[in-house]
Amino acid sequence: MTDVVQAPIPMPRMAWLARLKGAPVIPLVILGTVVFCAVAGGLVAPFDPNDADLDAAFQPPFWAKEGSWSHPLGTDNLGRDILSRIIAGCRVSVIVSLYAIAFSGAIGALVGMISGYFGGRVDQVIMRLVEIQMSIPSIALALLLAAALQPGLGTVVVVIVFTYWTWYARIIRGEVLSLKTRDYVAFARVAGVSTPVILLRHLLPNIMNTLLVLATLQVGQVIIFEASLSFLGLGIQQPDVSWGLMLSDARQYISNAWWAITMPGIAIMLTCLAANLFGDWLRDRLDPRLRQM
Amino acid sequence: MWRFVLRRAGNGAVSILGASLVIFMVSRLSGDPITLMMPPDAPPQAIEAMRVALGLDRPLWTQYWIFITNALTGDFGTSYRWQQPALNLVLDRLPATVELAVAALLFSVSVAVPLGVLSAVYRGGWVDRLGRILAMLGQAMPNFWVGLMLILVFAVGFGWLPAFGRGGPEHLILPAIALGWYPVAAQMRIVRSGMLDVLESDYIRLSRALGTPERLLVWKYAFRNAAVPLLTMLGVYFAAMLGGAFIVEVIFAWPGIGRMVVEAVFARDFPVVQAGVLFSSILFVMSNLLVDISYGIVDPRIRND
Repeated sequence: MTDVVQAPIPMPRMAWLARLKGAPVIPLVILGTVVFCAVAGGLVAPFDPNDADLDAAFQPPFWAKEGSWSHPLGTDNLGRDILSRIIAGCRVSVIVSLYAIAFSGAIGALVGMISGYFGGRVDQVIMRLVEIQMSIPSIALALLLAAALQPGLGTVVVVIVFTYWTWYARIIRGEVLSLKTRDYVAFARVAGVSTPVILLRHLLPNIMNTLLVLATLQVGQVIIFEASLSFLGLGIQQPDVSWGLMLSDARQYISNAWWAITMPGIAIMLTCLAANLFGDWLRDRLDPRLRQM
Repeated sequence: MWRFVLRRAGNGAVSILGASLVIFMVSRLSGDPITLMMPPDAPPQAIEAMRVALGLDRPLWTQYWIFITNALTGDFGTSYRWQQPALNLVLDRLPATVELAVAALLFSVSVAVPLGVLSAVYRGGWVDRLGRILAMLGQAMPNFWVGLMLILVFAVGFGWLPAFGRGGPEHLILPAIALGWYPVAAQMRIVRSGMLDVLESDYIRLSRALGTPERLLVWKYAFRNAAVPLLTMLGVYFAAMLGGAFIVEVIFAWPGIGRMVVEAVFARDFPVVQAGVLFSSILFVMSNLLVDISYGIVDPRIRND
């Protein structure tokens, strides 16, 4: 009998999108382009990234005197199109970022929550582990791991996760230390809610913002880390394409082709800059206390 | 005070011990460590002899015990590539690495201090904005690419500076900039926020009211206090440069520990990799220890935490 007027229910997805209002546009466009190239790079790239054409070797970018629009950013020593290789390199950057951040964030958050929530002995042991981990320089640890494992995408992810979980663990621990004194946690405990449920249902949603901000700020560091390892020859291997690997190739003929060593670096720089600027915006919006980081 | 120093030193020792355990375990990750310790073409009898000599037929914790007791006496094994004790090789390369780290630290401080002070004094002005842009770029550029760009411009382009090797002071300039570039942003922020705090304080207002010349006020009265946080952090940056110089050393063919470790990784010269990595960790922990202790001297409240 009741005549309920259905109010239009706002789409949750739209609500999420609305939160992006005011986000810096240029960084979002750059990040969007990188992700698009990672997903559909093969469709937009003018050439196959590994297509060698020795007749076209060492062509400068289009604005130089001998440059042409057929290879807008020039070609490398084997005549491979640099623009196509940069587009192809997006894939490695995005894949490594996704896996590395997901795993280091998940491990770090879990360890940090346990450490902060239980305190006492557990906390001491975990924090000591974090300290030990941080006493080994990250690139040195990476070299050690790369020497013991086979170099490749998987090893790069393992190395980055190994290096960065401590970062999440320390910050999340601090966050949980203050959250666990709140009344709602005490109520949940008195009501007999089990510890895993308290951690996942009551604490996790409250550290989600922090996690999101940390993850965004980590993107740039992951991309640089991957590039560094690949540059040393301990990361991504041919025929996969990575920006760091391109720089490593281009270093051999630095005096012949300035563009080959400049362009991939600019790709790295723009992507990291965009990720950092977006991360800064997100931090100011979601979790301004992290500004000290 | 002595209890504080001892406690911190104890923590440091535990960290180094832990690091050695991590290094030991990683070296066992690939399965049979003999394959890492011997050249790939070693005869089977030599491999068997090595296995017994190193006690690799015994349980893992015994092996770690052997590793750590040998390491304590400075025995990290022999580099098969150079036929020398691995530790000697690392120590031979130490001066070059320290030289580069000192130069890089000097560079970063000499850029960060003026920028930090000026951006605090003229808050919101063009120096402040320039500093912010530099900081953003610094965080977004890999140091090895900065190094390559420096080589491209100053060595290949203008031919002003050498791009490779160690020699006179001119050899130091490019690698020091490449290595010192990254921490400029963080150091500048420390100086800037320190200066902003101090410039607001009563003693500065009072001396300004008394007519002290602005230059004296900023650079002597204010900066001396604002520099304390930076000074105490210098040890951390120095440690980071000692441990982070791997790629910069490779690019500039700088004969330091980092480059040696990278070469050893490719030669599968595992004793040298182990010695180099553990040595970097020890340097890192010791620098941090010195920072902690100097904090304790400057600020007694920290001793009781």
